[in-house]
Amino acid sequence: MALLDIQDLHVTFQTNDGQVHAVNGINLSLNRGETLGVVGESGSGKSQLAFAVMGLLARNGRAAGSVRFDGQEILNAKPKLLNRIRAEKIAMVFQDPMTSLNPYMRVADQMAEVLVLHQGASKRDAVAESIRMLDAVRIPDARGRARLFPHEFSGGMRQRVMIAMALLCQPDLLIADEPTTALDVTVQAQIMTLLADLQAEFGMAMMLITHDLGVVAGACDRVTVMYGGRIREEGPTDPIFADPAHPYTKGLLAAIPRVDQKGDRLSAIPGSPPNMSNPPPGCAFAPRCDFAMEICVQDRPALAAFAPGRARACHAEISVIREGAAPHDDLPFEAAADEAGALSTPEPEPEIEAGLSTGPATAGPPQERPDDPR
Amino acid sequence: MFGYILRRLAVAIPTLLLLIVFSFILMHAAPGGPFTRDREIPAQVLANLEAKYGLDDPLWKQILDYVWGIIRHFDFGPSFVYPDRSVNEIIAAGFPVTLTYGLLSFVLAVGVGVALGAAAAIRQNSWLDYLAVGISIGAQVLPNFVMAPILVLLFTLTLGWLPGGGWSFNNPDYWIMPVIALGTSYMASIARITRSSMLEVLSSNHIRTARAKGLPERRVIWKHAMKPALLPVISYLGPAFVSMITGSVVIDMYFSTGGIGKSFVDSALNRDYAVMMGVTILVGALTILFSLVVDIMYAWIDPKIRY
Amino acid sequence: MTMIEHDKIKGLSDRMAAEEVRGRSPWADARKRFMKNRAAMVALIVLVLIVIFAIFGLAFAEWDYESIDFMVMGSAATQGMPSLENGHYFGTDDLGRDIYARTVMGTRISLMVGTVGALVAVIVGTLYGATSGYIGGRTDQVMMRLVDILLSIPYMFVLILLLVIFGRRLEMLFLGIGLISWLEMSRIVRGQTLTLKNREFIEAARATGVPGWKIILRHIVPNLLGVVAVYATLLVPLMILTESFISFLGLGVQEPLTSWGALISEGAGTMRYGTIWQLGFPLGFFCVTLFALFFIGDGLRDALDPKDR
Repeated sequence: MALLDIQDLHVTFQTNDGQVHAVNGINLSLNRGETLGVVGESGSGKSQLAFAVMGLLARNGRAAGSVRFDGQEILNAKPKLLNRIRAEKIAMVFQDPMTSLNPYMRVADQMAEVLVLHQGASKRDAVAESIRMLDAVRIPDARGRARLFPHEFSGGMRQRVMIAMALLCQPDLLIADEPTTALDVTVQAQIMTLLADLQAEFGMAMMLITHDLGVVAGACDRVTVMYGGRIREEGPTDPIFADPAHPYTKGLLAAIPRVDQKGDRLSAIPGSPPNMSNPPPGCAFAPRCDFAMEICVQDRPALAAFAPGRARACHAEISVIREGAAPHDDLPFEAAADEAGALSTPEPEPEIEAGLSTGPATAGPPQERPDDPR
Repeated sequence: MFGYILRRLAVAIPTLLLLIVFSFILMHAAPGGPFTRDREIPAQVLANLEAKYGLDDPLWKQILDYVWGIIRHFDFGPSFVYPDRSVNEIIAAGFPVTLTYGLLSFVLAVGVGVALGAAAAIRQNSWLDYLAVGISIGAQVLPNFVMAPILVLLFTLTLGWLPGGGWSFNNPDYWIMPVIALGTSYMASIARITRSSMLEVLSSNHIRTARAKGLPERRVIWKHAMKPALLPVISYLGPAFVSMITGSVVIDMYFSTGGIGKSFVDSALNRDYAVMMGVTILVGALTILFSLVVDIMYAWIDPKIRY
Repeated sequence: MTMIEHDKIKGLSDRMAAEEVRGRSPWADARKRFMKNRAAMVALIVLVLIVIFAIFGLAFAEWDYESIDFMVMGSAATQGMPSLENGHYFGTDDLGRDIYARTVMGTRISLMVGTVGALVAVIVGTLYGATSGYIGGRTDQVMMRLVDILLSIPYMFVLILLLVIFGRRLEMLFLGIGLISWLEMSRIVRGQTLTLKNREFIEAARATGVPGWKIILRHIVPNLLGVVAVYATLLVPLMILTESFISFLGLGVQEPLTSWGALISEGAGTMRYGTIWQLGFPLGFFCVTLFALFFIGDGLRDALDPKDR
């Protein structure tokens, strides 16, 4: 039985501009000890997915569907049940360490209250355990620093405190929502290493939410790529990196900066994420997609398995996606236009053309592709 | 912390001295002087009077004498209109009254205001929330001088429940209307401030963390949300305090409660500068003292404030 | 009395500055949003009606505001009720003076005090705050320290002291109220000037040798307009409240002139003799106007700084 089993999860928000559909029917499962990467741009609904699991949606948010943890339904569960699971079974590390700790409480007190509440520990034991945990996340002089307030810590240190706090009860599942986004690059690497070490040490499952496929590569067993509140592609990490089967995944991969990449500009996927208050009837990615066809605008592709453990939601043939290069933003328009004829990309619809005004309508030349490990 | 208080005092004391000197000079700039009356006073009498009050001394000496009197004996000198009464006596007569209903109003404003505002935020969009919002909007246009006649109209003239004025330390019936008339608009303001800051805090990241820790909502609110939600309320307490002291003037006038506000307005109408100055300086000192207390409270709650 | 929520004003100023830099005019959107705000629009219409009443109201009065109707004098409670027959639309006071004419007069003076007070605050506060923020350094510290000191003084008492010493004249009241109103304004303006100061267009102007006072007037002040407008709208009712407070105590506007505060005071004093209209009409105008001004101020702020975008 999977540790976490999400079935047909929907998240909507009631706003002044109408309903915003942040998550639209997601199925996910996660086994004990496994690491799953959830990848997508900001606005793809990946964070709301995590908040829905934890019951932490904003006041105007509603979740529907099913989330089972260890066989128990926890979506929209009673606060009492949720509070037994939070921190004790599922813990969460948030994106912004600068504001996610209570600025008015000493670090030791914030951490200790978790143990006092969940394990009935005495205040003294709880503080001692908290200091041990701060040691475990490699905070120097943990004993002394535990008495400080969060604003006396640097960003990376605060994120370590967040992680230490999340691990206090040795949860079965850790949800890390963009744990390194707000941090410096060097600190990012430290935090990711720390997470991997701690995961091995405590044997917990981890859901790593990020927009950065580079972070996923080293850390995750499986990857789920989200766009517009839906899963676009999922599967084991290595095959997805080696052979992306969705244009969006391909675009994300091309956007990873690489030392061995020729040319001096980074790739970007043209356009911006869809407006989720008024989602298009077809594929939400179509307006930005190099492989978009007529059908993409009207008909939403379903997530379908195409290889063992792998699934994708796209109308374009896999072979076509393999052939065509990732969408590029960095080429002179003429060069891209020359390539257009050579590739078997279908002619995009005129209205799609308009949506692509920020970049060339067709794929870039093959030599600009990220190195293919095949 | 101690250093912080000292530094605050280092600003507060010159401010108070400045207020004293300023009002003293103002008084002397007054056309006619304190003994100008409708009826002509014989020159000799006037000279005697001025000698008695030290008004024939040079200005700097008068100021020094005055300030020295306040510092050494807390003595504001004699009244200009009632020569047999000192300013201290006049103020001492009214002060306990003002203090009684003023403190009660303050407790009402802060206690009910914070409770109402916080409850409204926690149950946003409930009937309680709408009630709180309604009260706080309505009370914006119901300052003390509007509340007072409305209360008298209702409780005295129509219902006949409460005495329409006067004061008795033994009978709380006399306290009710002054306290409500003075406190209502501040209660409404505090409710509004608490509500909006609580709403903001409840949707902040660190509260989400607290919830993710599996804390019961009650603990999330009391232990994690209350402190930050109260910070804006605390910074409002300073201005509210000044404004309530000012409002007590209306209460004393309208309900004939006989507090220091009454002495102030009477002395203003009689041109009894000595009493006016005494009250102004006393109020100034209280204000400065209170804002010091508020600042210390703020620094105590917010660890980010550096002393 | 009521307080303006400075946090919100601060948020507004930050957003206005950011928007301006992005090259969008926040005003065009704001007008649309304001027009859609029903409460604010109703308030605006009510306010316009009240201003019209203040300006032209006397033309319809059958009595002027100081003459006494000897027919009702002494028996105002029975004879002086509001009636169309004897021309006292709002009734008379206990002396037999026409409440309608007096309310028009009071409305005029109260609105005038409110506007003048806010105007002084806008001019003095903006210039003081912008100068202090633009020059910065020690000058800024001294200028703001002075504001802090002045703010910590119980101004109502000092204002009354001033009025008693220099005579209870209308100009004195204007001056006194104006003198205190600019303090908070200068703080807010200074705060925004500090943020504006480091923006590229100011630095460009400075680099090309534009003198400081010209930068303040040409580049900084226009960018403060949104904040100043909202704050000024919210200041008008506060100034009216201040004036009414003083007049209620009998220390403000003097007979035969009158203001809402004076009228409410008289009405509150005589209501126990049955002349409830003497309190009701001025009080009604007072409350409705304050309501309208607060709603317009809030609407303006929401229009310029919509919370969810």
